[in-house]
Amino acid sequence: MTELAGLSGILGAWYDFRDLNNLQRLITEWIADWGPDWLASIVTGLLGALGILGVIGPTLLVLIWVERKVIARFQQRYGPNRVGPKGLLQPVADAVKLILKEQLAPRAADKLIFFLPPVLIFIPGILIWGVLPFGPRMSVADLNVGVLFLLAVSGTAVLVIFMAGWSSNNKYALLGAMRAVAMSISYEVPMVLALLTLVVFSGTMSINGIVEWQQQEDVIFILLFPLTALVFFFAASAELNRTPADISEAESEIVAGYHTEYSGMRFGLFYAVELGNTLVVSGFIATFFLGGWWMWGLDEWVPSWIILLAKTGAVYFLLIWTRGTLPRLRVDQLMSLCWKALVPATLLFVVVAFVQRTLLISEGWDTTIALPIMAVINIGLSLGAIMLFARVARPADLRRPARIRMAGAEIGGLRAARSVAARSEEPQFQVGGD
Amino acid sequence: MTTSDDTRLAMQGTIEALTAGAGSEPVVVNLGPQHPSTHGVFRLKVTLDGEIVQDAEMRIGYLHRSMEKLAEERTYTQNIPFTDRIDYLAAMSNNLAYCLAVEELLGIEVPPRAQAIRVMFAELQRVASHAMANGTFINDCGAWHTPLFHMFRDRERVLDMFEMTCGARLTTNYMRIGGVAFDLPDDLLPTLERYLADMPENIANYEALLLENEILHARARGVGVISPEMAINSSLSGPVLRATGVPWDLRKANPYCGYEQYEFDVPVGERGDCFDRFLVRMAEVKQSLHILRQVVDSLPEGPYLADVPLHARPEPGEAYARVESPRGELGFYLVSDGGPAPYRFHCRPPSLINLSALKEMSIGGTLADAIVTLGSIDIVVGEIDR
Repeated sequence: MTELAGLSGILGAWYDFRDLNNLQRLITEWIADWGPDWLASIVTGLLGALGILGVIGPTLLVLIWVERKVIARFQQRYGPNRVGPKGLLQPVADAVKLILKEQLAPRAADKLIFFLPPVLIFIPGILIWGVLPFGPRMSVADLNVGVLFLLAVSGTAVLVIFMAGWSSNNKYALLGAMRAVAMSISYEVPMVLALLTLVVFSGTMSINGIVEWQQQEDVIFILLFPLTALVFFFAASAELNRTPADISEAESEIVAGYHTEYSGMRFGLFYAVELGNTLVVSGFIATFFLGGWWMWGLDEWVPSWIILLAKTGAVYFLLIWTRGTLPRLRVDQLMSLCWKALVPATLLFVVVAFVQRTLLISEGWDTTIALPIMAVINIGLSLGAIMLFARVARPADLRRPARIRMAGAEIGGLRAARSVAARSEEPQFQVGGD
Repeated sequence: MTTSDDTRLAMQGTIEALTAGAGSEPVVVNLGPQHPSTHGVFRLKVTLDGEIVQDAEMRIGYLHRSMEKLAEERTYTQNIPFTDRIDYLAAMSNNLAYCLAVEELLGIEVPPRAQAIRVMFAELQRVASHAMANGTFINDCGAWHTPLFHMFRDRERVLDMFEMTCGARLTTNYMRIGGVAFDLPDDLLPTLERYLADMPENIANYEALLLENEILHARARGVGVISPEMAINSSLSGPVLRATGVPWDLRKANPYCGYEQYEFDVPVGERGDCFDRFLVRMAEVKQSLHILRQVVDSLPEGPYLADVPLHARPEPGEAYARVESPRGELGFYLVSDGGPAPYRFHCRPPSLINLSALKEMSIGGTLADAIVTLGSIDIVVGEIDR
């Protein structure tokens, strides 16, 4: 930080907003002057939790607006533009409407289990924020098994979803819940394997440790393990029920899936948690694969949490983009994609990570030279794996192109159909195929 | 009997006892009458074994408005607005088919300009209807409305042209017995020229977005397959029939309104699956634009309406006229008893007859496949129930 000599006076002061931890340290020291030790840790922990809760609420309201506006632009519409300037108050109006709506429950529903899920779903949704590092010392809980905590917490949400689907006593809800459980169980495997790759290579299970490793080695993980990043992105979007994997609430098939029967703010809570999860998962993708709060020295000038939020925004935009563009896969196709392509691909890179990490340590190679070479090797391997799986895991149906022929002068029934089909010349129009 | 056989039999018995106790049974799920993807008030009762469709039962009649009986109480001209409301997404084609039937009953010659205008609007209607069909089809495949909104932009411009000409966008009531209600307004042809100039680029955009999309291929290829024999036996028509490879198009097979003077081709599919139906519709839009270009270039001058008495009383007899509507063979069968109103007014709705094959197409597939298949048939419930 020598180049910041002129600024050194404010470094570490409580108003140095580049690291909000400074403020927290001030409070800790102040409490330590007169109070017991445990009070300081409780107060700062509560402050962190309050900060996160205070940030999530307004952020979600803005995010609803952003998502609707961006999707609208993809679709050549204006999006919300009536309530407030540029429609910014539309989410507030929606929230007020949802709160005022009557809370309906089906007569045959299991009342207690029907009432609980919208509340319970918030627990993993909030807990997961606790391990997201906004800066070098800026996570509410910097656990040394942060990765494990993240996976454990995100895995519990599916139980709540199944409670919702089961208690509604509605067939759409039940189908949606069954799909959600099947998908969650399947897609956690490539997710775990993808994170295992990073844990093996960086040698730490602390999420902040993974970021610091990227900072030390001056490389981001998406360059080292591009296919793993892609798989993680897809598996995360499947866990989040977003297109192309939103089968558990597929609108055109099962109406709204597990939350079909929820009205008013109960639906609003599901919706809010879903958006919040999307945001936090974008944050974790940014943390694991894009370097998190670190960005080649820029984090000395710009507050680390702004860097993280910018990266999160970029990932979030990608998620909106895929949602606005792609159709949805079928349940069985999602499962076979997971087990036949994503799991083997991530397994391959777990092995690659083991080998490369062992070589790095045992041979004592210079990482500034070895890592770029490994990155090139891994990018090549990823492309190879994608091409291999595109050949092997692709259904035979799709290997043949779809053809459109022009009938020409032949008009009629079966005989004409046969003679058009038997015409030896090239079809006039064909798409797909290998 | 060896011991391993014994063990196997014992195991089998255990499994049977367990599954009998578990009492697994198929689930009946109602899709509709209120459901996001039934395209109107149509109800599909599917029996599911897990996600696999075991049986599909179609329940229709929620939109029954007794069109055919009502039409017997009104004069031939007064019936034209009814035909708009039968297939509200292709009002022009319905107007046209009905007017052709009445003209056959009355023995009227339609002036050439009127015929050209009719072809123009029927083809514009096909472009608009196929835009809707393909857009909602992609929606049923799970896209978040994006292709639908882009295709609606093209449809919107067609509807603007309808509004320009006859003041209405959906229920046009534009065709008349012996011609059309109004001549073309001055600004229609320049608007149409601009439309024809813009469309190739738009279509290229859709093709770039959709045709090579792996997810769309995975969802629609090999789904809802029907063989050409079965399609003919079920009396299917339109893109659903042509997707099976049968080159049957009434504009070629039984030309009306002077279609024989325009050069166009009939695109046919190969496998008869949902993706082929989608491709056939995409290709038909291009052919329609080709026809429109020829109509604009060779638009004859002259009267736009033949001299027909307002309250025509045809001789007793019967007539059947059919056109290639965007959904297939649309026919009107009229019986006259010499009075001012038809004695019998019957409509052959392509949607209803195409829908009859849905059960055949969807059994054995998943629930999601059934939805995609329903979307690819492109039904209009107003036409099914009438």
